[in-house]
Amino acid sequence: MSAKINQWKNFSKGILKENPALVLMLGMCPTLAVTSSAFNGLGMGLATTFVLVLSNMLISAIKTQVPDKVRIPCFIVVIAAFVTVVDLLIQGFLPSLAESLGVFIPLIVVNCIVLGRAEAFASKNGVFSSLIDGLGMGLGFTFALTLLGMLREALGAGSFFGCKFIDGDGIIVFILAPGAFIVLGFLVALIRHLSAKKN
Amino acid sequence: MEYILLIIGAILVNNIVFAQTLGICPFLGVSGKISSSVGMGAAVVFVITLATLVTFLLNQYVLVPLSLGFLQTIVYILVIAALVQMVEIILKKVSPSLYSALGIFLPLITTNCAVLGVALLVIQKEFTLLQSLVYGFSTAIGFGLALIIMAGIREQLELQSVPKGMKGSPITLVTAGILALAFMGFANLV
Repeated sequence: MSAKINQWKNFSKGILKENPALVLMLGMCPTLAVTSSAFNGLGMGLATTFVLVLSNMLISAIKTQVPDKVRIPCFIVVIAAFVTVVDLLIQGFLPSLAESLGVFIPLIVVNCIVLGRAEAFASKNGVFSSLIDGLGMGLGFTFALTLLGMLREALGAGSFFGCKFIDGDGIIVFILAPGAFIVLGFLVALIRHLSAKKN
Repeated sequence: MEYILLIIGAILVNNIVFAQTLGICPFLGVSGKISSSVGMGAAVVFVITLATLVTFLLNQYVLVPLSLGFLQTIVYILVIAALVQMVEIILKKVSPSLYSALGIFLPLITTNCAVLGVALLVIQKEFTLLQSLVYGFSTAIGFGLALIIMAGIREQLELQSVPKGMKGSPITLVTAGILALAFMGFANLV
């Protein structure tokens, strides 16, 4: 029973308490760059989750075979291989998403969340725990990206997942880069304020 | 003239941090002090220019002729990681003073997505070798510029009283947002 509770904790920590994007401030580049709409944020989040889960599992499976000194290059090759898989899959099945995410799909390789979890968790824990950890972290990241995308899309284009709820344009600057910095800044401040209140 | 436009475009109009939001991790991490941001900026200029040269040649003469384009991501990240390691070793031997100045920033650059980003972007934009080098170099200068401006502001910000919830990264992000707004003013320059 206690093992089950531990796995649940392992899963849920990535979503709230250690949310990679909103609390740990990792993976900032895709967080800021692709969240111009809720759909893009969701797509990027799920692509990262896919890579995170599979690379966590494989790295955890090969951790005893890899010499300690060359582990980081080995991890990077594993991650790059899965990123290539995702890149080709998205180009094949979701060409419109590939168009809007552009160079940021191959850039999942250098997303610090993926290498961070490989080094901090998967290289020390079993395959199943690593799967759960990757899934929790990935979904937490997806949640953060979708939330940010929804806020920016609502302010900048006046729409929700592509459905317009105002006439005309929104405040366009929120879809552009400055809006990303400002909305994320206030979102992180809000979360810190709320969690400080709770404690 | 074409190259001047390319340089101005890469440094000011499409600034890698403020317009393309690449390389944010080191931008937020190392912009606390002016001295360290100058070191980081110099290291990035060095590595981006070199990485752009090597990955461009590798793509042109190895990957494309062998139609191995799908290996791009894996090859590039390995090249960048190896390059950073090599630069570190060479600098240590050749110029110990520069090495101790850049020292801790070099290993951090492998995970700077601006490096891989520029290497991928020059292929996407179908630049020639010289254009790629100029673009890589000026993009890196733009990164350094962003870092130094931000460090200057953050040093002043240390002395101000910031609301409790906004302390640390939130206020840094909002400041970066306002800077990005200012950089949008360059939009019609090119």
